[in-house]
Order: sequence, then structure tokens, then C-alpha cells
Amino acid sequence: MRPRIRTTAAVAVASSLALLTGCGAADMTKQASPFANAEGARTVTLSVQSWVGAQANVAVAQYLLEHELGYRVDTVQIDEVPAWDALSQGRVDALLEDWGHPDEEKRYVDDKKTIVNAGDLGVTGHIGWYVPTYFAKAHPDVTDWKNLNKYADQLRTPESGGKGQLMDGSPSYVTNDKALVKNLDLDYQVVFAGSEAAQITQIKQFAKEKKPFLTYWYEPQWLFEKVPMTEVKLPAYKEGCDADPEKVACAYPHTPLQKYLNADFAKSGGDAAALLKNFTWTTEDQNEVSLLIAQQKLSPEEAAKKWVDRHESDWKKWLP
Amino acid sequence: MATVTATAPRPAAPGLLGRPAVRKLAALAVVAAILVPLAHARWSSGSWPAALTVDVSGPLTDTSTWIIDNRDSHPLFLYFFGHISNAVVLAVRGVYLVLLAAGWAGVTAAAALVAWRVAGWRLAAGTGAAFLACGFLGMWVPTTQTLALMVVAVLASVVVGALLGLAAGLSDRADKVLRPVLDTMQVLPAFAYLLPVVLVFGIGVPAAVLATVVYAAPPMARLTALGLRGADKEVLEAVESLGATARQRLLTARIPLARKELLLGLNQTIMMALSMAVIASVIGAGGLGDRVYQALASVDVGAALAAGIPIVLLAVVLDRVTGAAGEALGEEPHPHGRRLWLVALAGAVAVAVAGRLVGRLDWPDAWVLNIAEPVNRAVDWMTAHLYSGVPVVGGTADWAGRFTTWVLDPVRDGLQGLPWWAVLLIVAALAWLIGTWRTALTAVLAMAAIGVLGVWKPSLDTLSQVLAAVAVTLVIGFATGVAAARSDRVERLLRPVLDVFQTMPQFVYLIPVVALFGVGRAPAVAAAVVYALPAVVRITTQGLRQVDPAALESARSLGATPAQQLRQVQLPLARRALLLAVNQGVVLVLAVVIIGGLVGGGALGYDVVFGLAQGDLATGLVAGAAIVCLGLMLDRVTQPTERRARKGA
Repeated sequence: MRPRIRTTAAVAVASSLALLTGCGAADMTKQASPFANAEGARTVTLSVQSWVGAQANVAVAQYLLEHELGYRVDTVQIDEVPAWDALSQGRVDALLEDWGHPDEEKRYVDDKKTIVNAGDLGVTGHIGWYVPTYFAKAHPDVTDWKNLNKYADQLRTPESGGKGQLMDGSPSYVTNDKALVKNLDLDYQVVFAGSEAAQITQIKQFAKEKKPFLTYWYEPQWLFEKVPMTEVKLPAYKEGCDADPEKVACAYPHTPLQKYLNADFAKSGGDAAALLKNFTWTTEDQNEVSLLIAQQKLSPEEAAKKWVDRHESDWKKWLP
Repeated sequence: MATVTATAPRPAAPGLLGRPAVRKLAALAVVAAILVPLAHARWSSGSWPAALTVDVSGPLTDTSTWIIDNRDSHPLFLYFFGHISNAVVLAVRGVYLVLLAAGWAGVTAAAALVAWRVAGWRLAAGTGAAFLACGFLGMWVPTTQTLALMVVAVLASVVVGALLGLAAGLSDRADKVLRPVLDTMQVLPAFAYLLPVVLVFGIGVPAAVLATVVYAAPPMARLTALGLRGADKEVLEAVESLGATARQRLLTARIPLARKELLLGLNQTIMMALSMAVIASVIGAGGLGDRVYQALASVDVGAALAAGIPIVLLAVVLDRVTGAAGEALGEEPHPHGRRLWLVALAGAVAVAVAGRLVGRLDWPDAWVLNIAEPVNRAVDWMTAHLYSGVPVVGGTADWAGRFTTWVLDPVRDGLQGLPWWAVLLIVAALAWLIGTWRTALTAVLAMAAIGVLGVWKPSLDTLSQVLAAVAVTLVIGFATGVAAARSDRVERLLRPVLDVFQTMPQFVYLIPVVALFGVGRAPAVAAAVVYALPAVVRITTQGLRQVDPAALESARSLGATPAQQLRQVQLPLARRALLLAVNQGVVLVLAVVIIGGLVGGGALGYDVVFGLAQGDLATGLVAGAAIVCLGLMLDRVTQPTERRARKGA
């Protein structure tokens, strides 16, 4: 009796495993999140990037999807480059704010056709070097890169090893700063804060003491409302001057931020895909929501609700 | 370098040197005297010579591109990894759907009733309260997602771990192969192996579950092997003399005898899986960990805490319940055991069905308590008042600055300024003094591998942070441990604090440390100290308390003051425990110093974060490998091993 039971058990285990995952090929680039579409609810999975502006986009999209269209929305925090990969695999359905990744665009949109562009977000992004406005007022010539070496002494910190400190943020962000410092012959050390949260916390602490600092920063960003900052002029940006990452010696471009959707979702995502394609708003709108989240510490949902209540005419146009 | 330590253990100049430590050092000095001039002439001193590095970035980048391009077409992915990934997705989804169908009331009732049967009424009440607290914090859905992921990950870890443990427990050869691997896995920072998993499986739940299994299975394997090997010889002989076959012996004697170890293994596996569930949020695990991670992006400590508390509660509940189950083993089974289990099952089903009928499956929004705001106000107050300008002692920012300039910088510059062969010699000397020539060889090879990978400088930077953090941890930890060992009241007060700090996800205290210490290496060190302290305090206290009371009594009767008792009796007798505390402290500190890359710790931690964020396998994997080597080296240098059979000497 016993051996037979054991064989039966083995067969049962093997066949249930085969049943569980199927016998043929299993393309894991077509597997959705296990938390998606639970209990018959229609689910959209949005990727959130680590900066608050991206959280604001997602919060408003999520609010409208949930309250106007009856979807269930899952959000996953992923950095931009991995988000492209996740988008291509269908682990997430949408990336709402992309700052320009030509390599990934070529690979996934042009070659593999697993991702489609869903148009402008409506916000134009710009990366640059910034000093606090109180420092720029006291020393107006600091806003030209040619004079930066004069101030290296004042911008020294324990971390910058005898040079001035240029603070960079998260490693996921687009940055040429190390090459810029080298190619422009600046007496500065790039110090990576490691995450935007750490960078913002540090900027706020500097600002509270009215200490000078030089930081990689970007617009649109809610922190400008709290800590006014002035951009340092770098050599002007020309098309293609940042082609070779080792030899960059020019400023960052102004980038119209883009939305991207998973190709299958864009085709069969119904109302949700339509809403996300129509979603465009202005820098002011985004900052309004970002400030509510980051400064007033509202939950993203409450912040989105406030914006939605105030701007009905704006979002009504997005509804399919 | 293999020749250095392989030839080293020759018995040194006879007669002259009696003590083994001196003998070892002398032997090492002889070897160094021969090899160092050679190395110096060949490659010069200073930093690791470029001639001895291998650039692996080209092949790694090619591999990564190949994987991305072939992930949806190559048979290896379609027929192997694809099925694994699919099975994980389906299993997690299955558990998630069951949890959702049971609703919050059903899940809470089921958990409480299981705890009741396993561990009694008090823990059942605690379990119920913990699950309700998750709901009150507004975290019900993330909690179920984390639970679904945990159930699958823990089951898989237990199966994998038990199979490996079975192999190691029954076969000596398997044991010899597996033991060093498992020992090494135990000391690896979780952050180091996220990247390869992500590359193959992509961001998302499958990668998260698999990374968790890799992290959580080793303790199960080790303890299974330990339990099987530790079985009472006489019982086994008795069973054998009854004519039982090998399989019958295993099933009826060895496994039942190893129950305690198996349960302890389960307990540890659950704990490791839970801590990994948070770290894995970086690669898309979702659930509670993801909420912590998202909250940190907007510097919202309160919201991070709201998601962190459920994790702590789950950890404490699971720990206590599995612990109680282990203690209950061997007691007389309850006469109506089976009937009571049925009652518990029926109760859980009844509550779930009732919840369904009432239509209250989702946690009601109105019952959510917002703790984020008061917490944030407290944090703001703390940072506003402590950051700088505190009279006399100066603010925390000043301390951090001074710590960086006076401690971190000199240690780092000192390490980086040492000739490369000197670093290897120091490592060899330390590891050999405390262990055997084998541990010394492993440590030296690990350190040399770092140089070969071409990340010598950043690795020494990370090492300097680890050393500084360990020093601080040991000073505070030993002091607190001594206090707790002397007074029951202190220990009772400390216990819940230690529990919370040990289970709180490391991510939660990254932001407060930035607010207090600014961006840089100092906050990374501070976070590491906070994380490693509980283990050090606990081990120290236990070690001191286990000192033979008779020895203490006799010291007291000889008129020794408490300080003398401590210094001359307790500390020497607790030496093993203290060394273990050092070892644990080093391993834990390394794990957090790496995560410190998120707050400006730089060095290897930053490279790993960069690799993950940019999908850059070359940078991330090399840094990950260097972290592995560093962990291995630190473990060997601080791990006292008894001399095994001296084959080489």
C-alpha cells in the first residue's frame, strides 16, 4: 500500500505544479503583478519614482482612476531605468514622468515595441546647479560658473575633502556632474547624497542656518517654494553637446517630460489607458500637489483630492 | 597570495617561542620578510597595483545586455526561469486572494486562533491586537500583500532549507561542501544580491520572493543539519537494533528528535524573510516595505513609521508564537487537542463568513488613525532643537562634523595610505591569531579578491566606516550590557526597546539620522550603530549572566569590589560571548553601512544603489562582490574557531 501512496503523491505534486504554471513556454516578460486584478476588480499598476513631483502625478491619476472610473490602483516605487524594464515586462502599466532616456527609448519603443509613448506630461523639466538665493544676493557673481572656484572655500564640508562641495542627489537621476567638474576645471568634489530624501533634508538644514551650499537640483520642484534657490549659469546647452558623457562641458537641456505606457495596456487598457493618455497638466498644478504632500505632509490621496476639488474643469477633459 | 599563508603554518624557530600567538606572528613575519620585498620590487607599494586587477565591466555589460535582449525569447528563460517566476506569481496571488476573501476580520480571527492553539490565550490576544493595529494604521491592504509574499517566501525557504539541511545532516561530504557556503551566506548583507536577481527576473514580486528565499533559507538549513547531527546516539542505536531501515530511522527517530532545532530554524527563517521583505521593496516587492520606501522619498518619517510599526508587530508576534511553539514541544499533548483545533478552524471560518455577509471585507476608512502628523511634529522639533547651537555640547551636526574629520577621515586615509601588502598582512595576522590558518587564508584571499576586482579604495572607505561604527557600538553596547547584567530592572526596561530596534526596518531610521547628522558618512555610521546595538547588548548581557555563580561568589567572599568582580571574573569568563558580540556587531554594522549609500555613505553602498538605480550590472555586481568579500573577511577576522584537525600544520 505505502509505495503506491507515495507514487500517487509524487504524481499529484508533479501534475499540480505543471497545472500551476502550464507545460509550454512561460514568457516572464508577460507576467503581471500578483496583486493585480484581484477579485474581479480592474486594476492599474502605476510606477512611482522617488521624487515628489512623480508622486503628485501618480496621486492625481490614482485618485481619478479610483473615484471617477472605479479602478483599483496599485503603486510600486521604482527608479526610472528599472521602471522602463518593468514597464516593458508589464509588471507596471505606466510611467508618468520620464526625464529622457534615449537608450531605453530605442530598445523598448523602437526595437521591441513593448512600450509606447503616451505624449507630454505638460511639464518641462530642467536640471541645473543651484545656490540658495540668500547667498546669491550677497555674492551676485556666484551665479556664473567661471567664478565658482572663488567660493570653493566657503562651500567646503567635512565630506568634500578640502574642495568645495557640489551635492548630488539620488544615483538614479540623470547627471553629468562629475564630468562637468572635471572638464570645467572646478575645485569641487561631487558628494552624492544617495537619495533625494537625504538631499532635501540636508538642504533644509543648510537653509535654516543660512549657510551657503551648491547643489544639483531640478525644476519643477516644490522645495523652491520653501528654500528659494538661484541657478548657476553653466556654458550654454547646444544640441548634441552632451553626446559623449566623458566630455560634457555644457548645461543641461530643457526636457518636455514624457509619459510611457506598456504597449498591451495602451491597446486594451480601456478607460484607464485613455485617461492616462489624456493626462496633462502644468508645472503649477504639479507643484501645488507636491507642496501639499511634502510640505503640509498630507497623504498623497488627500493632496490629490484637494487638487481635484479645486480644478474640476481641468481634469474633466481627461475623462474618456 | 596563496603561498603566503599556505606556507606560513610551518612550526617556527623551535624552543624560542612557547606561546602559539607569538609563534604564529613570528611565522607570519618570516613569510612577510621574504615576500614583501619581492612584491614591492615587482608592483611597488601604495594602493593595490593596477597590474593585478581584472576589468570585468566589459563582459558584465555584455551579459546584462544579452539577458535583457533575450529574456523574452531564449529557451533558458522561457522554459526555466519563466516557470519559476510564473509559479511564484501564481502562488503569491493565490495566497493574496485567500486573504482578501477572508477579509480583515477573518484573517485576524484565524491568526489569533492559531496563536491560541499554539501558544495560549495571552499570545492569541496579542496577535489579534497586532493585526487590528495594522488596520488602524491604515495599512491593511499592504499588510495582506506583505503577508502573501511572506507566506510563499517562508514556505519556499523552509522547503529549500530543510532539503539542504537534510543533505548536510545525513552525508558528511555534503556537510563539508555546504557548511562554508551556509556560513558565508549568513554574513552577507542582503543588499548585495538584489541586483543579479533583478536582472534575471526583472523588477517585481518574483525577484523579491527569490531574493528573500536566498536570504532566509540558510538558517533553516544550518539548524536542520545541526538537529540531525545532534540526535542522541543511544536512541539511534536502539532504533537500529530494532531492525529499522535507514528511512524509518530518519522518519521515526532523527527528525522527531530534531524538532526543537527545526522550529528554531523556522523562527529564524521567518525573521530573516520579514526583514528582507522590506529591503526587497527596492526591487518592487510592494506591500509594507514599499510604503516605508515611498514615505522616505518625501521625508515623511511619520508615514514611514505607520508602515514600519505593522512590520515590527508582525515580527514580534511571529517570533513569540513560533518561540512558544518550540517551548511547548515535548510537553504532554492536550487531551482534546484535535477537537480544539477544529473549534479554532470553525471559529475562523465563521468570522470570515460573517464578515462577508456584513460586507465588511475591506478595512473601513473611518477607522484609520493618523499617526503621521504627531510623529512628524516630534521629529521636526527634535531636529530643530538638536541640530546645532545646543549650548556647551554643541549640536548633532557639529558632532557629526567632528566625528567625520577626527575619526572617519583619519581612519579612511590611514587605511588607504597603507601599502596593499600591509593590509593583507594585518588581515592575516588578526585572522590567524583568533582562528586557524584556514580562516586566515580565507580572509586574505577575500581581501585580495577585492583588489583584483579593482575596488580597493572604495572598499577601504567602507571598511573605515565599519571599523568606526563597530568601535562606537562596542563601547555603548558593552556598557549597556554590563548595566543590564547587573540589574534586572534595567534589563526589563531595555527588552522592549531592543525588540523594537531590532525588528524596525533599517530604512525607517535613515531619514531621522540625516536630519540629525546631515548627509555623509556620519549618518550611515549612526544608523549602523543603532541597528547593531540591540544584538551586542543582548549577547553581552547573556554572556555576563551565564558566568558561573560559584566563581562570582568566591570572588565576592575574597572581598573583591563590584568593579573588580566585573573586570577580573565576569569579563574574562564571558570572553566567548563577548567575542561573539563583536562578530555579530561587525556583520550587522556592515549590512547597514551598505544601506548608508542611500544617505551619502558613498563607497561600496553607493555603487550598489547606483547599480540598482541605473540597471548597471558592471558597477553594481562588482560592488556586491566586494561587499561579499569584505563581509567574509570581517567575519573570519572576528570569528573565534576551535582548532580543527591540523592537516596543514
